[in-house]
Amino acid sequence: MGKRIGLEVSLSAAEAVKMANVDCIAAYPITPQTHIVEHLSELVNNGELDAEFIPVESEHSAMSVSAGVSAVGARAFTCTSSQGLSLMNEIVHIVASMRLPIVMILANRSMSGPISIWNDHTDVMSIRDCGWIQVFANNGQEVFDNVLFAYRVAESQKVMLPLIINIDGFILTHVIEPVEFWEKEQVKQYLPDFKPVYTMHPDRPVTMGGVGMPYVFSEAKVAQDEPLIQSKAEIITAWKELGDVVGRYYKPVETYRMEDAETLFVTQGSFGETVSLVVDALRNEGESVGLVMDRLWRPFPFDEFREATSQAKNLIVIDRAISYGGQGGPLAIDIRSALYKGENQPNITNFICGLAGRDVTINDFKNIYHRAMEKIKENPMEEDFEYYGVRGK
Amino acid sequence: MEIVEPTNVYAYKLITKKDYFAPGHRACQGCAEALAVRLVAKALGRNVIVASATGCMEIISSPWPFTSWRVPWIHVAFENAAAVASGVEAGMKVLMRKGKVPKKKITFLAMAGDGGTSDIGVQALSGALERGHDFVYICYDNEAYMNTGIQRSSSTPYGASTTTSPAGKVIPGQMTWKKNMPEIAAAHSIPYVATACPSYPIDLVEKVKKAAKIKGPAYIHMLSVCPTGWRLPPELSIKAGRLAVETGVFPLYEVDHGRYRFTEKVEKLRPVEEYLKIQGRFRHLSEEMRDTIQKRVVEEYKKLVKKVQMTQGD
Repeated sequence: MGKRIGLEVSLSAAEAVKMANVDCIAAYPITPQTHIVEHLSELVNNGELDAEFIPVESEHSAMSVSAGVSAVGARAFTCTSSQGLSLMNEIVHIVASMRLPIVMILANRSMSGPISIWNDHTDVMSIRDCGWIQVFANNGQEVFDNVLFAYRVAESQKVMLPLIINIDGFILTHVIEPVEFWEKEQVKQYLPDFKPVYTMHPDRPVTMGGVGMPYVFSEAKVAQDEPLIQSKAEIITAWKELGDVVGRYYKPVETYRMEDAETLFVTQGSFGETVSLVVDALRNEGESVGLVMDRLWRPFPFDEFREATSQAKNLIVIDRAISYGGQGGPLAIDIRSALYKGENQPNITNFICGLAGRDVTINDFKNIYHRAMEKIKENPMEEDFEYYGVRGK
Repeated sequence: MEIVEPTNVYAYKLITKKDYFAPGHRACQGCAEALAVRLVAKALGRNVIVASATGCMEIISSPWPFTSWRVPWIHVAFENAAAVASGVEAGMKVLMRKGKVPKKKITFLAMAGDGGTSDIGVQALSGALERGHDFVYICYDNEAYMNTGIQRSSSTPYGASTTTSPAGKVIPGQMTWKKNMPEIAAAHSIPYVATACPSYPIDLVEKVKKAAKIKGPAYIHMLSVCPTGWRLPPELSIKAGRLAVETGVFPLYEVDHGRYRFTEKVEKLRPVEEYLKIQGRFRHLSEEMRDTIQKRVVEEYKKLVKKVQMTQGD
């Protein structure tokens, strides 16, 4: 068993990147991602990590440099938040189509405006359809484990796609948590060297990123979506084998206190841990409630969701992002689609809360629970959503 | 122009017959940019990795499933050729250091047009030059956004009529002066900056070879005559390039570790009119505007002469 160390999550994430023996880190500073890249530059400058640290002049270049790094067959890491993600948006889409297995930590932060440095999921939701594998983390240990998992999955020749690890800004990035490090042997056992099918090398010239004329474009895009959909199998295997190595087992969808639960909370990211306490409290009060946490966001785990919710009467979906003018938050929209015409069709209520780092406490979730029950009683088929805790509403 | 230079006789020996930029691409007739790319590829040989920006050279050379590239070539987007090349260089460096790829001298080349360099790509380029990556950046300057249909860029010369700086009744074409990209590159104090033009193939090849040999960033600004956009017959491309140099509109020089040197000495500048009159994009110019251009060209040329004198010192 590895050492258990109390460390800021950003720093332990950087330590995991070091354990993954990355070759190049290209990054541009943006709050709340900064501590991760600061620590990585320290590791490189102190000779603890043999890698190139490339302090680029923008996030657009961070992703562009990473594209070049990955194209020659080197292991690339980058890291950003909100506005930085928006600036690199163009290249985020392109590297997925080029099948370059870059790993990025996204320290989730709200999109301007108004400008805010605090946490919500509006940044990642803005690139939901960018073709990357996307996972969320509940705590520091998951972040650490998922960095090694990320390279294993992304670089698998069956997958060859970039991967985003979502970490809630400040709420996760800036807290100190006990994290169990991996032994070097465990990393060796779990994460093979990066062996891409094609690389840029004069001995074996290839053309990458050619023009997709209309007669091939659709085929190219389907050839990109299929491996993303199929990557779920590889993801499940990689999490299972991660468990076999370090004893922590992860699944695309996690559940908590599901026994006979009539009502299920559905969360993404660090809300999961808070809501688990709420579930305990509500259970003590005699309520029949459980929790479903979405870890894998893309490819969306349809089967796992349907299975997890197969016995539920009511779902309370918590979104930390807005889909302006849409049918609730992005998570609720996907869940409604997933369960439409399913065998079990629970009532779905949706609450949008915690925008720009506004605290959502145990009491707030209790209020949400009671409000949801009220709404379902009033109109069980209602498919709208509510902003929770907004003044004047 | 009629005089055969001694080097021309031996040109076939100096420039390899091997083509790494294959024929059959989709460039327009008389495209001097495609010719420049071909010469650059010859100069660099097979041990090169090319990062290309979006633009004419990308679309004409890589319509899947075809490719004109016999060397590794990557295109990601419009404004980031310098950043992609930075990643290619850094990635290769670390792979060689770690013994994952055998050690070998590889030239890393970034290429973009004038839009991809002096407009949308200037930030990524400046970043890469400042960070000191060991790479060669070539700007193929055809003085407008030719790929999208001849829109003006910051590299379009004063007076030129383009589709977004048309020669109108009130505003007679481009009203701003060409951005001086080689000087901007030189201001980064990088080891090597040069201008080149495929009308001078030996000079071009020598500069590209030198740029590849020098450690650290090198920048080459390549005047690339575009018959389609400049409104001139394709058979005049090479002549137009020569006239650009001989009139002083586009002097051929290099800045080697801060030292300026003319590589094609022009004893007496020809009148700018000779260069302007063969191009449809300048057809509408008034005499006054032509005089303004002539004056400016001489002024700029004098500045360059001073820089040569000031920095040679021997």
